Amino acid sequence: MSNYLGNYSLYIALIASVYLIFKSYLDANSENKYLDKNFVLITSIQTIMITVSFFSLVAAFVISDFSNETVFNNSHTLKPLFYKVSGTWGNHEGSLLLWLLVLSIFLFIFLLNSRSQDTKYKLLTILFQQIIISGFLVFILLTSNPFKTLYPIPSEGLGLNPILQDPALAIHPPILYLGYVGTSIIFSASLASMISGNIGDKWARHIKKWVLISWVFLTIGILLGSIWAYYELGWGGFWFWDPVENVSLMPWFCLTALLHTVIVLQKRNSFQEWTIILSITTFSLSMSGTFLVRSGILNSIHTFANDPSRGLYILSFLFILILMSILIFFFNQNKISNTVKENFILSKETAILVNNWFMMFFLSVVLVGTIYPIFLEVLNGSKISVGSPFYHNLLIPFLIPFLIFMSFGPSLKWIKDKLKKFNYNILIIFFVSLLISYVILTKTENSFLLSIPLIVLSIYLLLVTIKDFFVSKSSISQKISHFGFSLLITSILLNGLFSNEFNSNMKVGDERIFNEKVVKLKEVNVTDVDNYKSLKASFEVTNKNSSFALYPEVRIYQQPLTITSEADIKTTLFSDNFLVFNIIKDDGYYNVRYQYKPLMIWIWISTIFISLGGLLSVIRKNDQKY
Amino acid sequence: MIKNIKFLGLLLTLIIIFIILLKGLNISKNYSNEKLKSKVDFSLNAKKLFSDEIINISDLFDKNSPSVLNIWASWCAPCREEHKFLMKLKNMNTNIIGINYKDSAKNAKNFLSLLGNPYSEVITDNDGTKSIEFGAIGVPETFIISGKTNEIIKKYIGPLTSEDLIEIKNLLKENV
Repeated sequence: MSNYLGNYSLYIALIASVYLIFKSYLDANSENKYLDKNFVLITSIQTIMITVSFFSLVAAFVISDFSNETVFNNSHTLKPLFYKVSGTWGNHEGSLLLWLLVLSIFLFIFLLNSRSQDTKYKLLTILFQQIIISGFLVFILLTSNPFKTLYPIPSEGLGLNPILQDPALAIHPPILYLGYVGTSIIFSASLASMISGNIGDKWARHIKKWVLISWVFLTIGILLGSIWAYYELGWGGFWFWDPVENVSLMPWFCLTALLHTVIVLQKRNSFQEWTIILSITTFSLSMSGTFLVRSGILNSIHTFANDPSRGLYILSFLFILILMSILIFFFNQNKISNTVKENFILSKETAILVNNWFMMFFLSVVLVGTIYPIFLEVLNGSKISVGSPFYHNLLIPFLIPFLIFMSFGPSLKWIKDKLKKFNYNILIIFFVSLLISYVILTKTENSFLLSIPLIVLSIYLLLVTIKDFFVSKSSISQKISHFGFSLLITSILLNGLFSNEFNSNMKVGDERIFNEKVVKLKEVNVTDVDNYKSLKASFEVTNKNSSFALYPEVRIYQQPLTITSEADIKTTLFSDNFLVFNIIKDDGYYNVRYQYKPLMIWIWISTIFISLGGLLSVIRKNDQKY
Repeated sequence: MIKNIKFLGLLLTLIIIFIILLKGLNISKNYSNEKLKSKVDFSLNAKKLFSDEIINISDLFDKNSPSVLNIWASWCAPCREEHKFLMKLKNMNTNIIGINYKDSAKNAKNFLSLLGNPYSEVITDNDGTKSIEFGAIGVPETFIISGKTNEIIKKYIGPLTSEDLIEIKNLLKENV
């Protein structure tokens, strides 16, 4: 039943989409002053249909309806209800349906929220958004229909990938999608404004909300993915430069650049073309993310689906969209009225431009590292693997000028600023940060020359952003986000500098001495839990005068047969103690990895600060009347 | 003029990227890991599907030529897809051993009488443990096993394709 309901509502949504494309195209060419009421009606019908379709898939997962092929492949009756529901988007077909759902809901909200905008602009936004929606609808119906039926009906499902059974991961895709899909609205709206020629401060104010919303969701989405990797994958880090992590980071860099540029557009009516280019690029990167993840072209732990026909479709669709936007950009370029006469070196505009350059640099490094291996394999068949050394060596040195710029850029004035008289506050802060860095650096042995300016500058920036809370006149949301960012950089640097680990094979009763700590494996208990077998080890870590216990676990799932390691992590405000173990062979020995990671929790907290700033800005903008 | 050059340059770059990514899609990601090459435990006992008689699985393998081992179930849709390829293999006098994975005997027999039986013998695996002994992670899966050394020559995860079929034919010839 739910299979038919879900399937046919998708067809109705497709009909609605085709109707809206033609209708909006015709209306945009006629000089209608008002938006036809049918638009809101048909869009709401479409949204309802896609919602019905999505929830019939959720229902099929909840009642374990194995006549549905997607449910059969990804669910199991023994699975807890929460993971049955999250299983809906834990697979290729369901996750695309979720994409589609968010796409249509966002368009609907956009329509409700842009009453004051020009009619032609709204019509064109609907047109472009519906082109994207219909593209996804056809993609789902042709290559990844989540409502394929099975007969005879199997009695049991094949189970969800157990490493996906984690609360952070269950909500990570929807949040990330909200960010990705939000960029589609920015894309459609910027193309529409390009054609209707209304790029300016008013449009910037209107689109800034969408930029902020997408940016906040993208930030939180990346954070959740990172938390999942840290707690669940048990690799003992928060970022692995895995291609799939990278494809979520690339639109983030671009969106961060856009976030700053759109402020210039709003305040100074400048950088119009650059704003449009960034909007198009951000969305193209989000779509490429979908392509790279869903086509199986990347070798990564995340690529679950592996079907070239799907890849071909997304690739063609992506390039049609990019081609369309380039054509629109080049043929409407003359409509942009550049009002700005002069740019001064010492001004907020220039500072934001510098920020953009850095973002573009970071973006290019990650882009090259992610797709160059694919290119190389195609061009001469050689396989290379790009790992963290590449990214670290290219990114970290450039953090030094970036941190310097960030410490004074935000406090510059619009249009033209003067070199101020010598500021004693700044000097005091700089010396304090030198002092703190000296204390920190004497405690570590591996003091490379590079780490000295990095630590000094990150602490300096941290202190400056704290000072700004009391002194600067800029908005509170900016202060919080910038403070969060400097905290993030400081935590990452200190974490990297002071982390240490040992790796050893131990059997029950063994002790290892490491950095004045004694790590002892006391026992391993085997128990049967719901849908897996659990081996729980009990470790004792004794410091000079204190001791604590850690209980890492190995889970053996039967459906499908998978072994996962659950690290046990003891988190305090100052450091994380991370312990994970693995089965080697049946000879009683286990492979044990113990890691000491200072300030780990501050990486998460600071990212929450960053997104909190954005969130505050969204709320504040809603109050403003314009 | 400059605008046109910019436009054409961008277009050309896009087309090149498109072609490269398109080619990238076709590079096969065959995860059949050569390092996984391992031996089959010939001491396993199993029950036959048609006669309920318990046998040692080593009796099923041909000592002089490689055999194909296929894990299937009547409820598995991809198994139905690959069935025609198994029939082709059978017509070339290949010894195909079937493992019927978590299935009811009635459905399994119906499946075979409806579509044809490519297997020289089918053993049952009601709880899925036998398949795990072979290192399988799901259905369908196909193994090429040498009868002489009981080594797994190649493993195919998922339904067989026509390309796989050609490869299997060659493997069977090479390993006689």
